[in-house]
Amino acid sequence: MDPSPALLICNMKNTDTIAAIASGLTSSGIGIVRISGPDALEKISGIFKSSKGKNIDLCSCESHTVHYGYIYDSDTAIDEVLVSVFKAPKSYTSEDTVEINCHGGPFILNRVLKTVIDTGIRTADPGEFTKRAFLNGRIDLSEAQAVMDLISSKNEYARRNALGNIRGTLKNIILDIRNRLIHESAFIESAIDDPEHYSLEGYSESLDVILTDIQAEIEKLVKSFEAGKLLSEGINCCIIGRPNVGKSSVFNALSGDEKAIVTDLPGTTRDFLDTCINYEGITLNFIDTAGIHDTSDKIELIGIDRAKELVQKSDIIIAVFDISEELSEEDHRILSLCEGRNSLIVLNKSDLKHKLDAESFKDHEIIQTSVKTGEGIDEILKHISDRFIRGNISFNDEVFITNARQKELLKDALDSVRQVRKTIADGMSEDFYTSDLMEAYHKLGEIIGEEAADDLVEVIFRDFCMGK
Amino acid sequence: MKEINDFEVAVIGAGHAGCEAALACARLGLKTIVFTVSVDAIAFMPCNPHIGGSSKGHLVREVDALGGEMGKCIDKTFIQSKMLNSSKGPAVHSLRAQADKAEYSSLMRQTLEAQENLSIKQAEVTEIFIEDGKARGVKIYSGLVYITKCVLICTGVYLKARCLCGEAIKNTGPNGLQSANHLSDSLKKTGIELIRFKTGTPARIAGETIDFSKMEPQYGDETIVPFSFSTDMESVKRDQLPCYLTYTNSTTHDIIRANLDRSPMYTGVIEGTGPRYCPSIEDKVVKFSDKERHQVFLEPQGLKTTEWYVDGMSSSMPEDVQIDMYRSVPGLENATIVRNAYAIEYDCIQGKLLKPTLEFKAISGLFSAGQFNGSSGYEEAAAQGIIAGINAAMYILNKEPITVDRSEGYIGVLIDDLVTKDCFEPYRMMTSRAEYRLLLRQDNADIRLMEKGYKAGLVSQDKIDALRNKVKMINSEIERLGKIKVGASEKISNILLELGSTPLTTGLSLEELIRRPELSYEAVGVLDPDRPFIPEDIAEQINIEIKYKGYIERERRQVEGFKKMEGKRLPKDIDYQQISGIRIEARQKLNDFKPESIGQASRIQGVSPADISVLLVYLESRRHHE
Repeated sequence: MDPSPALLICNMKNTDTIAAIASGLTSSGIGIVRISGPDALEKISGIFKSSKGKNIDLCSCESHTVHYGYIYDSDTAIDEVLVSVFKAPKSYTSEDTVEINCHGGPFILNRVLKTVIDTGIRTADPGEFTKRAFLNGRIDLSEAQAVMDLISSKNEYARRNALGNIRGTLKNIILDIRNRLIHESAFIESAIDDPEHYSLEGYSESLDVILTDIQAEIEKLVKSFEAGKLLSEGINCCIIGRPNVGKSSVFNALSGDEKAIVTDLPGTTRDFLDTCINYEGITLNFIDTAGIHDTSDKIELIGIDRAKELVQKSDIIIAVFDISEELSEEDHRILSLCEGRNSLIVLNKSDLKHKLDAESFKDHEIIQTSVKTGEGIDEILKHISDRFIRGNISFNDEVFITNARQKELLKDALDSVRQVRKTIADGMSEDFYTSDLMEAYHKLGEIIGEEAADDLVEVIFRDFCMGK
Repeated sequence: MKEINDFEVAVIGAGHAGCEAALACARLGLKTIVFTVSVDAIAFMPCNPHIGGSSKGHLVREVDALGGEMGKCIDKTFIQSKMLNSSKGPAVHSLRAQADKAEYSSLMRQTLEAQENLSIKQAEVTEIFIEDGKARGVKIYSGLVYITKCVLICTGVYLKARCLCGEAIKNTGPNGLQSANHLSDSLKKTGIELIRFKTGTPARIAGETIDFSKMEPQYGDETIVPFSFSTDMESVKRDQLPCYLTYTNSTTHDIIRANLDRSPMYTGVIEGTGPRYCPSIEDKVVKFSDKERHQVFLEPQGLKTTEWYVDGMSSSMPEDVQIDMYRSVPGLENATIVRNAYAIEYDCIQGKLLKPTLEFKAISGLFSAGQFNGSSGYEEAAAQGIIAGINAAMYILNKEPITVDRSEGYIGVLIDDLVTKDCFEPYRMMTSRAEYRLLLRQDNADIRLMEKGYKAGLVSQDKIDALRNKVKMINSEIERLGKIKVGASEKISNILLELGSTPLTTGLSLEELIRRPELSYEAVGVLDPDRPFIPEDIAEQINIEIKYKGYIERERRQVEGFKKMEGKRLPKDIDYQQISGIRIEARQKLNDFKPESIGQASRIQGVSPADISVLLVYLESRRHHE
């Protein structure tokens, strides 16, 4: 079996690298993702490139220097950032630390954090940066008690939160999966303990069937994260259109007074802007993309590619067209991007003469807007929130996985289940199944905040008749 | 009163724990006396007639690697031997041997008698002397006093023992042997808290009244693997007796249900907590009421007796019910009970009073092992016996104690569980309790633990040299196999096809080829003309290390994390009540257990990861202070 959660927590000191959003998830101009630990410099170097797309090796940079560039998720630039390097021991935690100053707002921050996590860095526990700072002797002794109180209160908060965030349905689903996992483990262990009593003949096939079901159920939960995320992080609305249809003015109109928050760094060309607003209790993240059109300009092409990628990741597409012009070939291409996705057609410049044939959009929801008169702007907001509330945007019934930690745990559990199935497929004997079965069991337990020290032995005795 | 000053170590009890403890002390040169209520009951097996079994077989091999006696003794006295789980992975292969009970007991007694520095004394120990927190000796029933430097409590199930068979209740130890009725009070006076556990045993039935034709015979293995690493393979070849398999049925269950009101388990007469893993047949019938039948396994008690042990049907029912119950089982219709089944209650302690060395936390020089520590089983007892014995000797010799941790042996898992966890029933070893079981195999117990035995002084120079040579050969041969590349030629492809494998598309090392499920170290020998001579036991290690490399490496990485936490020692004087960041419940637990390390603290029930986190911060701040 694997080390207890306690061991994993203890292990944190100087052994692994952690990351978290250090600036809070509110709307602000700049957000900070902080990474601390022995792999911080090396791992971030792998996703940080100069504006020319060249890798920047942070390990060879001087401490306390700031570097300009882009964070890349494989081949895609995600955000334009400033990266600060603090080398051990001269950092907040006394470990090698990198701070990524990116654009504020939940969408970008989470996206950057996710990219960081994907390099194999783990998300920090509550208070962990401070705790490391203390353990490494950075914080004064007098603060020790405060740190301990912080950790215990934050852990308590996280625990309550983990339970509180979980709706009954989700908890029951996870409990049910856990029960099945541990029952199977207990059966295997009983058969190992008392092989003349319990036979494992043909068992691996039936276990594989059980695990196929469990795998599908966990996969479904992982997917629900995307839906749950809408609730907690807002709906990502991507505005697209060819140049000069008035995307940016629609964007500005939608963001209202908030638009001042969205600032561009002077002297740099951004490929998109984002802002988030609160509309009747729901967070809407608007993302204004580069105009999509035929061009041979390299930099523009990068922007267009990025716009297309943002479309893929958005929850709803707002496609803007100029009602005063006939539908162009480029407009058709925009329209094709909406196919099969949640989308809303905005016919802008309604104050001008209508030349566009609305028939082209017959299967779509359409709103006419005029930035000049203000027509249709509130309607867009209402439309999106109605869709959301009415459930037209696909939500997974009642089950929501809302936080990234829970999703990571689910994915870990999924990996373990897949590993058992691989072990079965590889023809390994049954005693190799239990450690991964129990790993999945423990990961699921962490989601619902259940500790499980000696569960397996308990279940062996409860479910199987053993002994002399 | 007359004081006897001839001995340095007093071992109370000559069961499986006491024998290993006494032998270890005597072999390490200490004048040792072992007390037993009956010299005829040395190494007595009052319950099942076998040694080993799943995970218990591991323990026996580990005891042997440390320099213990159990493996050698059973190798000479078994009448059937079987490697359990041989169709499964190497981690769960486990030896089990049916013992000739009388021969086993007699051979162990001879070993004790022949041992230099060791005296055997038939007497009930009534008192342990403690002075200034140190064990100073014992007093026996006759009034004689033995002044020693160390005392080891290996009293098994004899303290205030009470046997129950329905309404018939007797204050005796197992098999009618005298119980020890005074020592409990002496222990309580010294502040040692005692609890009461219960266990049970089935009836023994006269072989001539059993119809074996109605049962399925269960034979031993054709090729026998000995327990001891020093037993000669030839010496274990012998004729074996079969065991027999039969089942209870609805009639059996009806008889039990109709008489539940006469079972002391259900009438509340039994106070002790019984083990779930060996429930009485009445427990099984009640708890698993949907099961139509339960397995019954008949095991011979020896070559010079016709008594058979009825595994699966332990009971505390009145004997008249027992007769009906056993006779309802196919093959036992005319069975005569030689010894009836009974439940037994006894005094023991919670293991949390002990350090991992098995010395009492509060009393130096006082050690304990076996069922007195809340465990059950001969093998568990022997495993603790040898550790307690070694550490008693180390204590007297003023040397570093020897401990085994969870990553080093089942002995480590056993002792850590006993001293770290709240124990509410007699503790039995199981492979599922070991986190790193692919590393803790029965086949590599020598590699894991013999160095510790050598360090203690129980393993000879010759043996350790042979072991070190073995380890060297394993490593260099694996390295060599990794370097030998085999190309994708037609000749090689044909050889692979002949071996039932698939041809190569690119070159592979022999190591990679061995990893294929259908191949092995032996099989690829045809592709390896320069192979040196490698003995069978080394080839086995090579196969396992190569074939399960991924899994083994994963466990080794986990062990690294484990070791790190074990290495963070917790000072003895911490008052956990004063650490306000820790939850109240956890503070009490920590004060109660006084864990040795952060690792151990994290395994205490009721101590959460957050508490451990706070504890780490506290430790660090203390270090800053100092």
